[in-house]
Amino acid sequence: MNEKTPLIRLAKREDMSKKKIWMIRLLALAAAILIGMIIFAIAGANPINAYGTMIASSLGKKSGIRQVVKNAVPLLGVGLALAPCFRMRYWNIGAEGQITMGAMAASYFALYWYAKLPSAVLLLVMALAGMLFGAFWAAVPAIFKARWGTNETLFTLMMNYIAIGIVAWLQGGPWEGKPGSQIIPMFDSKAVLPKIFGVHCGWILVLLLVVFMFIYMNYTKHGYEIAVLGESENTARYAGMNVAKVTLRTAALSGAICGLVGFMTASGVNQTLYSDVAGGVGFTAITVCWLSQLNPFAMIVISLLLAILSRGSSGLQTALGIPASISDIITGIILLCMLGCEFFINYRIIWRHKESSGKEASV
Amino acid sequence: MTHAVELKNITKRFGSTVANDKVDLYVDSGVIMSLLGENGSGKTTLMNMLAGIYFPDEGQIFVGGKEVSIRSPRDAYENGIGMIHQHFKLIDVFTAAENVALGINEGKYDLKKVAAGVKEISDKYGFGIDPDKKIYEMSVSEKQTVEIIKVLYRGANILILDEPTAVLTPQETEKLFGILKAMKADGKAIILITHKLNEVMAVSDVVAVLRKGQHIKTVRTEETNPQALTEMMVGRAVSLNIDRMEPKDPKPRLTVAGLTCRDSEGVTKLENVGFIAYSGEILGIAGIAGSGQKELLEAIAGLRPISSGSIIYTPEGKIPEELVGKTPMEIKEAGVALAFVPEDRLGMGLVGGMGMTENMMLRTWNKGRGIFVNRKEPEKVAEQVYEFLEVVTPSIDYPVRKLSGGNVQKVLVGREIASSPSVLMSAYAVRGLDINTSYIIYNLMEGQKSKGVAVIFVGEDLDVLLQLADRILVLCDGKVSGIVDARTTTKEEVGLLMTQVGGGKDAN
Amino acid sequence: MNFNLAGLIKAAVLNGTPLLFGTSGEILTEKSGNLNLGVEGLMFMGGAFGLAGAFWYDRAAGAGASGLVAVLIALLCSFLAGCAGSLIFSFLTISLRANQNVTGLALTIFGTGIGQFVGEQMRLKVGGNISISNALKGSFANPVLPKALQDIPFLGQVLFSYNGFVYLGIAMAIVMSVFLNRTRKGLYLKAVGESPSTADAAGINVTRYKYLATVIGGGISAIGGMVYTMTIAGTVWNHTALSGEGWVAVALVIFCLWKPLNALWGSVLFGGLMIMYLRVPISFIPSQIYKVVPYIVTAIVLVIVSLRQRKEDQPPQSLGLPYFREER
Repeated sequence: MNEKTPLIRLAKREDMSKKKIWMIRLLALAAAILIGMIIFAIAGANPINAYGTMIASSLGKKSGIRQVVKNAVPLLGVGLALAPCFRMRYWNIGAEGQITMGAMAASYFALYWYAKLPSAVLLLVMALAGMLFGAFWAAVPAIFKARWGTNETLFTLMMNYIAIGIVAWLQGGPWEGKPGSQIIPMFDSKAVLPKIFGVHCGWILVLLLVVFMFIYMNYTKHGYEIAVLGESENTARYAGMNVAKVTLRTAALSGAICGLVGFMTASGVNQTLYSDVAGGVGFTAITVCWLSQLNPFAMIVISLLLAILSRGSSGLQTALGIPASISDIITGIILLCMLGCEFFINYRIIWRHKESSGKEASV
Repeated sequence: MTHAVELKNITKRFGSTVANDKVDLYVDSGVIMSLLGENGSGKTTLMNMLAGIYFPDEGQIFVGGKEVSIRSPRDAYENGIGMIHQHFKLIDVFTAAENVALGINEGKYDLKKVAAGVKEISDKYGFGIDPDKKIYEMSVSEKQTVEIIKVLYRGANILILDEPTAVLTPQETEKLFGILKAMKADGKAIILITHKLNEVMAVSDVVAVLRKGQHIKTVRTEETNPQALTEMMVGRAVSLNIDRMEPKDPKPRLTVAGLTCRDSEGVTKLENVGFIAYSGEILGIAGIAGSGQKELLEAIAGLRPISSGSIIYTPEGKIPEELVGKTPMEIKEAGVALAFVPEDRLGMGLVGGMGMTENMMLRTWNKGRGIFVNRKEPEKVAEQVYEFLEVVTPSIDYPVRKLSGGNVQKVLVGREIASSPSVLMSAYAVRGLDINTSYIIYNLMEGQKSKGVAVIFVGEDLDVLLQLADRILVLCDGKVSGIVDARTTTKEEVGLLMTQVGGGKDAN
Repeated sequence: MNFNLAGLIKAAVLNGTPLLFGTSGEILTEKSGNLNLGVEGLMFMGGAFGLAGAFWYDRAAGAGASGLVAVLIALLCSFLAGCAGSLIFSFLTISLRANQNVTGLALTIFGTGIGQFVGEQMRLKVGGNISISNALKGSFANPVLPKALQDIPFLGQVLFSYNGFVYLGIAMAIVMSVFLNRTRKGLYLKAVGESPSTADAAGINVTRYKYLATVIGGGISAIGGMVYTMTIAGTVWNHTALSGEGWVAVALVIFCLWKPLNALWGSVLFGGLMIMYLRVPISFIPSQIYKVVPYIVTAIVLVIVSLRQRKEDQPPQSLGLPYFREER
């Protein structure tokens, strides 16, 4: 009867050793890098050369490394912000807007209060304002989600465009520096984050956030609520959790961290505000979050990796004339490969004839 | 004579589990065969191989004496085999006719013609189905009829019904059996998957018994009796009696009066429900699926908004308090526990991706001051449940989703009992369990009763309710249609009450 | 204020056409139960590859280039690019059962990257902005119907003055509606999206329907990106202008209740909202704020839709969920 069985059948896999799981993920990463090579070849560059250039321009020089860290800080920060949302199965893809609004609120104080406050207080006020506005921007869709189940994926996304529109308006209107310049003036030095080892001190802040988020997600009542709600809303309700409150609180926390990142970027990196302040970090951070399986410590590695990739690609553009958007392509490929490889962790493929005797206990 | 369908040496494995082991079986035309076996004995798996859902690892299938290979549901139809699944395979937003048209590829696509055909079959057997009615507007029994029409429309000669009576009232069951007999007279071969002995005796000509994936024996119904069948099914003689004690010192524990609930769309789900649950008593709740059982328990547990009415709770030696208006957490803390086993077993009450410890935490997570959760206490409870109820799991941190159904239910019921409640509500606690595990659960309920707990038990099997409960409250269409003494009532009386108000409409 | 209703309607239709393709394609996809959030990426890919196809054909053929051929090449390139993108999505979500939300987002990152890359690559190769010759431009953007029809007062402008893609889009939406509601395959596709296990039990090849609907739907969405680049953006690669179209298209699917015929007027409405700031300027609203009106309206629409409860107005029941037959 064997010849009549289908060629491939699938079965759910029970358990796999941690080591094997990470092996599969590493293989997927390798596959992604290989596919990237093919893309380089199509673009007319020597793949080995291209990767070499990327590494050299990101890790070869001190300035490159600094740039990498500078790029990794917001990625890590926003990745951490998104983690509780994703654990809750709340698809906050509005980080971009939350960053922008945070940056805007911080900039208001940087631009109009710098004369009145000492630097430390000013920075603190800016950070708080950024967090508050980020939280507010994230809370709006969450309120509707909690009350009527409004689709948060699209709502948070629409909030991005609205936030960017508002800053664009400020840039060309009320906050404009030289009339007609469409540029907001640079911040006073009092409103700029101090540097530690050549990079604004935000990097220390996000490292602290890593520890905070790890504890928050794994050991606190809030974290437990988020995990239960993510698995099943009914169960959460049954356990006496206030679903609306948890949704709102988690979204607001996420937005607050995004807002904080917005503040760090405006104050530490740009030292001014413009509408593209988020610069796609909100989206790339989704990748960081997912690739690290919501593990805050793994996020450090992943955000550095992606920062190397993006820094490397701009080096690539200068050196080899390959558009820097190659980094988006490779990021996309890595993410797609990682998503695909989960299948081999969760399922077993049974080839005809080769009936493997894997352990299974579905009754 | 060639058999309508014959299975030879059929084996099917899922991983290392053997679901069917070298099964030989046949059915003739014009015969109703019961396929009897406990949950997990491989009845449905075996039939799914006839229906093209699964493909056998070994063995042969013959239809009308010819060997066939059934690799898809389509192959099954082409061989005249039609299966009516336990969970209806119907599309809610489609009409009856559209559902029937699914998968029929021959001829021009003409819904009107299909509708006419549906009407014809419906008239022939007296089904009374409107081809243009949407499925979501239908009662459970109507939906089942559509399933049967689907199969007949394709000209099936071999019909397989998977536990068709589980969702029907006794009266609807009678009607279904009438239909089955009419189809039998029409020369169809019918296989009825069931674990209810009385149905086997009432309708079938022959009985095939499966146990642990093996075909034990096929006997003629008239030559056997329920006791003999049970022994074949379970493998040894079992007593089917529950040790029902008289309630001792019953005192009102929960007094529900005038309870009315509406859902988010404003549809009334419970109307003016009133009853008293006593300590040391098991109050059974009967009703057709979707008559308000779930809503009633949820309302008491504080999980459902209440439009009007009161729920007075009188804990042992304390003053009565009103539960309406309290949060689910407060009600839980007061000692009212709810163990609800939904259809997918996990949906509510347990978190599939978490282990036993973290699931125990669902009751205690909010206890204590501070922002951190306490893991110690739930870990202890998990250990207790693990040992006391003999839960089969590699570790108490192993995701419960990967446990077998019986073990999942033990975890759920065990946790609620571990909280030493003074009211224990349980719904469908034995859903999908084999007889032995079911009895463990029944005995747990009995044990709670003897400790003076007021037990409210929602069950699907009337025979069990009659044996387990002290009193039975019957719900019909969200209203209480009667409260009867379980020791003196009959199945027929309860069955009538189940349909008394509104006439057996499915409120879903 | 100089208000020209016919002009406004015309502009709304022209700007709505990319959305019409984007939305209709996603409707087909979602009808199969697949929620592809990668439309933004697909429309980028469609825009870039459509432009690239026409551009390289223009360069290769020189003066002898035929407008019709250029249009067909652009159509084909964008469609195939969309198919390829959604094939990745299909493989990951249908065959490998990856999370649809994240896969869609990954496709957006990947697709916008590819679109950007191809656009930039062309620009780097040529130096400066790329654009195709004026003769060819016309065959994309010029009206296709006879002059006599266009000259009918008001109606001529509102109904008959459009480029071919507008009529193609309308025809496509009507064909899709007929397919979904009047054909056997349409019924099967809806069944797959509502309940794959039911469809499977009825002998319908769930995997094939999901793949085909998602891949073809992705192709159609991608055409929308091409139409945007080749008509509205004037055959110049402009990623900031295209950005957001795909997401609005996804939201429009909900707004249109998964019905292609509703997409016809829904896309015109949103097309109109997108150019209101140019056509109906309101003095006290700054243009940057006016520009985000479509996004605000989309958010409001999402809220209104979530208040709706009718059974027929709900998304396909299995939307976003993977299907695995041997699940027990």
